Formats: sequence, C-alpha cells, structure tokens
Amino acid sequence: MFEALTGRLDGIFRKLTGQARLTPESIQEGLREVRRALLEADVQVAVAKDFITRVEARAVGQEVLRSLTPGQQVIGLVRDELIRLLGDRPVTLAGSPHLPTVVLLAGLQGSGKTTFAGKLAHWLKNAGKRTLLASADVYRPAAIEQLERLGAQAEVGFFRADEGTQPAEIVRRAVDEARRRGFDFLVLDTAGRLHIDEPLMAELAELKAAARAHQVLLVVDGMTGQEAVRIGRAFAERTGIDGLVLTKMDGDARGGAALSLRQVTGKPILFLGVGEKLDALEAFDPERVAGRILGMGDVLGLVERARATVDREAVERMAERARRADWTLEDFLEQLRQMKKMGPLEDLAKMLPGVPRQALSEIGPQAGRLKRFEAILLSMTPFERRHPRRIDGSRRRRIAAGSGTTVPEVNQLLKDFEQARTLMKRLKHGPRGLKGLRGLMR
Amino acid sequence: MSASGADRSSLFGRLRDGLQRTRRQLGERLANVLGRRGDLDASALERLEEALLEADVGPTTAGRLVARARGRMDQDPALDLEAALEAAATELLASHRADLSPRGAKPWVAVVLGVNGCGKTTLVGKLAADCARHGLSTMLVAADTFRAAAAEQLMVWAERAGATVVRAREGGDPAAVVHDGLEASRARGLDVVWIDTAGRLHTKRNLMSELEKIVRVCGRSVPGAPHHTLLVLDATVGQNSLAQARTFAELVPITSIAINKLDGTARGGAVLAIADELGLPISVVGLGEGIDDWAAFDPEAFARGLF
Repeated sequence: MFEALTGRLDGIFRKLTGQARLTPESIQEGLREVRRALLEADVQVAVAKDFITRVEARAVGQEVLRSLTPGQQVIGLVRDELIRLLGDRPVTLAGSPHLPTVVLLAGLQGSGKTTFAGKLAHWLKNAGKRTLLASADVYRPAAIEQLERLGAQAEVGFFRADEGTQPAEIVRRAVDEARRRGFDFLVLDTAGRLHIDEPLMAELAELKAAARAHQVLLVVDGMTGQEAVRIGRAFAERTGIDGLVLTKMDGDARGGAALSLRQVTGKPILFLGVGEKLDALEAFDPERVAGRILGMGDVLGLVERARATVDREAVERMAERARRADWTLEDFLEQLRQMKKMGPLEDLAKMLPGVPRQALSEIGPQAGRLKRFEAILLSMTPFERRHPRRIDGSRRRRIAAGSGTTVPEVNQLLKDFEQARTLMKRLKHGPRGLKGLRGLMR
Repeated sequence: MSASGADRSSLFGRLRDGLQRTRRQLGERLANVLGRRGDLDASALERLEEALLEADVGPTTAGRLVARARGRMDQDPALDLEAALEAAATELLASHRADLSPRGAKPWVAVVLGVNGCGKTTLVGKLAADCARHGLSTMLVAADTFRAAAAEQLMVWAERAGATVVRAREGGDPAAVVHDGLEASRARGLDVVWIDTAGRLHTKRNLMSELEKIVRVCGRSVPGAPHHTLLVLDATVGQNSLAQARTFAELVPITSIAINKLDGTARGGAVLAIADELGLPISVVGLGEGIDDWAAFDPEAFARGLF
C-alpha cells in the first residue's frame, strides 16, 4: 500500500522534476492521493481534510531535494506530520502517589475492554505492581465471570461483589478492598455502552466519581471507522478521559482511528491490543502506527515480536555451540521451534512492508516445508541428531517412513544442514561473526 | 432503523443547508437558463460525497455511487442529487438482500461467524429467541471454547430464548462440540441449530482453518449443513469490513451478512462496498442488547440512514 502510494505520487510528481520548489499547484494532485490513502485507512473525513491543509502549509515553498523523488519527499512530510499529531513519543500509564491507583476502563460494546483489563493486570504484575481487578458490568451475561477467569490466568487479585450489587456500589467496595489489602493498582472494567446512551453515560460519570478514578482509559476497536470521532468526543465530554487504548491491532486494519481519536480528544494513546492472549499488549509507538496508516508495514513490530518470543538463553546456547563448531541437528530443531513460536509465517510476512498479497499466498507451502523438516528431525533418535554424519541409508529409510516423508527429502535436509554448518564455521572466523547476530537479539 | 436523532439530523441539516444553498444559487443565476439540473454545484457534490465517506462507504464506492447517481439524473431530470444518490444506494442494496428464516431442512443448521467483539453471541441469542417464539425447537451450540466465559454468556441467552444449549469445557475442540450438538439435535428431532463460533480476526490463518473444519463437520453430521452461514459485521468498523468479508468468503461460502450495532450513530456504509465489490447479500441488522433488538434488513431505510 505504501509502495502503491509512493508510486502513485511519483507518477503525479514526475512533471515536477526540474522545479526548484514545491508550489500549491504542483502538490495539489499529490495531496489528493494522500487524502484518499488516509480515507482508506479510516481517518475521519474532517480530520483528513485538516491534516492535508497542515501538510500543504508545510510543503509549499520547500526546495525539491535532488536526493529524493518528489513523491518520497511529500510522503516524508506526511509521515512526520502524522507522527507529530499521533503524539511525538510513547507515554506510559501514570501511577498515583496515593495508592491504589484506580484505572477505569470505558468504551463501546465489543471494543475489547474486558480482555484489555486482563492484559493490563498482567502487564502491571510484570512491572512488579500488585493489581486488583473488578468488574462493574452487570449487564452483559457472564461478563464478570469472564474477567474473573482472566484474573485467575494473570494470577492477580479479583474482587467479586454479591449478586445484585449496583455498579457504583461494586466500584466503591472494590476501592475499599484494594485500599485495605494494599494493592498498587485497581483496574475497573465497565459495561460496554453506546456514546449516545444517556442513562449509561450518566452511569459512567457516576462510576468515575465513586471510584475517584485517577485514569479513565477509553478502549476503542482499532478497526473503527468514521465513528471514532463521535465516540472520542462523547466520552471525552461526558466522562472525561485520560488516555486511549486501541484494540484488535493484530488484524490488517490500517488504524486511521488512532489519528481521529487523538485529534478530537487530545489525549495520548497508551496501549495497543495485539491478540487474544494475556501478553498480547504493546506500548503505543507513534512511528509505527504512522507507518501503518500509510501502509508502510510494521518492521519494528516484527523485531519486537522476535525479541518477545525467542528464548534468548536458547539462542545464546546455540551461538555458543556454533562457535565451538559442534552445531548439531538438535540446534537446528531448536531453531525451527523458536521460529514457530513467533507465529505463522504469513503473519510475520504481513508485518513486512511491501510484501504483495500474492507472495503471501505462496508462503503457505513454505510453512508446510518447515513442518516436514520438523517431522523428519523428530523421527531421528537423539544420537542421530547429535551425529548427523552417522545417518546411513538404512537409517534414512527408517526416518523417512517414520516422518511420512521420502528419502530424497531426508537427504535434502541433511545436505542443507551440512551447508549451514560449513557457513557457521566460516562465520566463526569472520571479523564479526555471530557476535553481530547475537547483538540483534538484544 | 433507529439512529441518533440529534446527530443524524445535524448532518442531515448540514446537507439540506448545502443543497438549499446550491438551489438558491442556481435559482439566482442559472435556473432560468439551464433548469434545476444544470451543472451540479461542485461544493454540493463534495458535501454529498463527504456524507457517504462519513458513513464509512469508502472512497472507491462513494465515487462509484456518485457516478451512478449522475447517470440517473441524466435519465430523470426531476431527480435532485440527493434523491438520485439515495436511489442508487437503495438499488444496490435491494439487489443484495437475503432471507434468514429456517426452512427446508430438519434440523436447519446455521453457523454464525465474525471477528472478535462484533456481537455474534448476542445476535445468536436474539435469533434463537425468534425461532423459539415461532414454535421451532431450537438448540444453541457454544463453539467458542477459547474466550473466557463465552459459553456461560450463551447459556444465559439460551435460557432467555427458551432454547437448549450444548457446550464443551473451555479449551475443548470446537469441531467436536459442533459434532456432539448436531448428533444430539438429530436424536431429539430438533428443528433449528444455531452454532456460535469464537471471534477470530480474518488474518489469523490457524483460526480460519479451525472455522473451515467446523463447517466441514456440520456437513458430515447433517447432510447439506450448514444451511446458512451468517457473517456478522460491526457497523462501527470502517474499511476493514470489506477485508473481513472478502477473507471469510474466500474460506467458507457466506450465505448472508448481519450488520450489528446499528443502534448507535454508525451507519455501516461499508456494506455498500461489500455488496458492490463482493456481491454478498445482507439479511438482518442488530439494534441493541435487548432480545427484540433486531430487524430484517430494509434496503430503503438503510440507504436513507446513510445521509
């Protein structure tokens, strides 16, 4: 998408070459393409318009740089402005000096509040904070049970009021409980509510007052379209919010709602929800989201995922053995498993910029090939994995039969492995060798 | 279709203002020469296109609708731009309408699917209640074995609806629950089975294969099942709805689409793009959390709601 946008812009700006400065006329057509890209990314119409005006003001009069194509230059401006508006640098959840810090979650139905509550508790716990969860959602069937289970999974405290307790009373009792038991944080989940639902919006204001919440976080589905502006405005005006959370950002939505929400509320985006599991939570990074809105891919997200999922000790162990040149098929198997932990290959490839849709469909078979590799490796005895050269013809036949593959496939794997080992040996003597590789994992 | 009075009327009002301004200008300057449908005022056109964009129709489909509206105006000089646009949208939607009533099979089996938080369970509860009210013996199958307390939520709905429910323990195999549920429904001679699946983002390959398996298992237990696969979309979601519909439809045949959460201010315009580009029909709309808060899809009312 980003490539597509840059490409289109370059086409439009081709006639610019030779011009010394960007003029309103010369960038008009290009900015129309940028507007279209923003709209396709779900940036709200008025917000997109406003944004274009800003970029135009900055672009006009700029010298046309020789080192860049005009398209690249305008994209650069667009990206910088987007990052600036999304909020220059990441912000984290502020704790209150008076414990417990009370965090109240609000949002529409299905925006992912309850799941986020569980993730936030898990995140706080990992940061060494004692956290209590409580739910004031007495409307959705089994909402309280859902949070209770998430709390148990996260191994944090959970406060349950008696059946029939009113939401405001649940909140008051939860705060008492958190204070009495000395929790650092109290995370309060609330029922999903429409921003135009008067009684429920009034209830939310009441809950905020009853909890004396330090932080009210508005949880919004990252796939939200034009509505983002109305939602943000209504919650900010009626309840007052301190920060934003965007969920379901692990899909392929471009996340233009982030810009709309920032513009209309002026509040920082704190977290991104990126999956259904408890640890699928990321700190918001303006640069990455800006890139995503423009369709530039999420390279940093990929690096972070690698960091989070790859067992560093295992990598160190492998590197150590590789240095001593006794790299075996056991290590190869370990490597395959580390890769698998990062998630399906297609998901990873989607995070790379400029991988065309068609190429993604070709990754499926590749993933299948890795699975066959693993089957072959698992059909070997530990002795064979440690001493690949001792695998003779009869062993190969047995391994092929055991793994449901063929002898040529087993041969291929052994050949690939030998080549990799030779490469390892050479790397060992290289100037940077594996130290450089290991540096990447830090 | 209920939508917020205030908000819509303000947008409505803005559009009316815009159009009236246009008409006045035309009246003053051009009307005598060219008549009312002379050259369209560029700003009125822009306003209407923006209204479509604000309804999440998306730039591509908005452009196409405007072009079709102009075509209509050429044929019918009495039409004004807004009426022409509304007619173009209605026509597109009316040719993509589907019926979601159980008929022609016993048990009649429907699979309900969609991304996380789009409102599948709530909608299933409402639809099951409607079946039960019409005297059909109804079963709900909780095939969401992943989300904490998802089955409990469905059980509450089953009770409200007057339906039986089959569930597995959390973390169980959803396809196995579906198999068990369908076997039980056959043994008991039930009329209708609604299968509530776990929410899944369409980009998750593993979860999508799981869905494929669920659909396969249906056909093995009850010949011809599922008789309906209902894709639930959240009206609040923007352009990603199109990607969702496209990817789900590539994997399992989608019989119809439900547009949920139309009781807010969201207008769900993305379904126009879906109808236009993918040709998928729409059957019902979800309008709230109450047991009766849904309706059969009405193209005309929906198109009117866009503006």
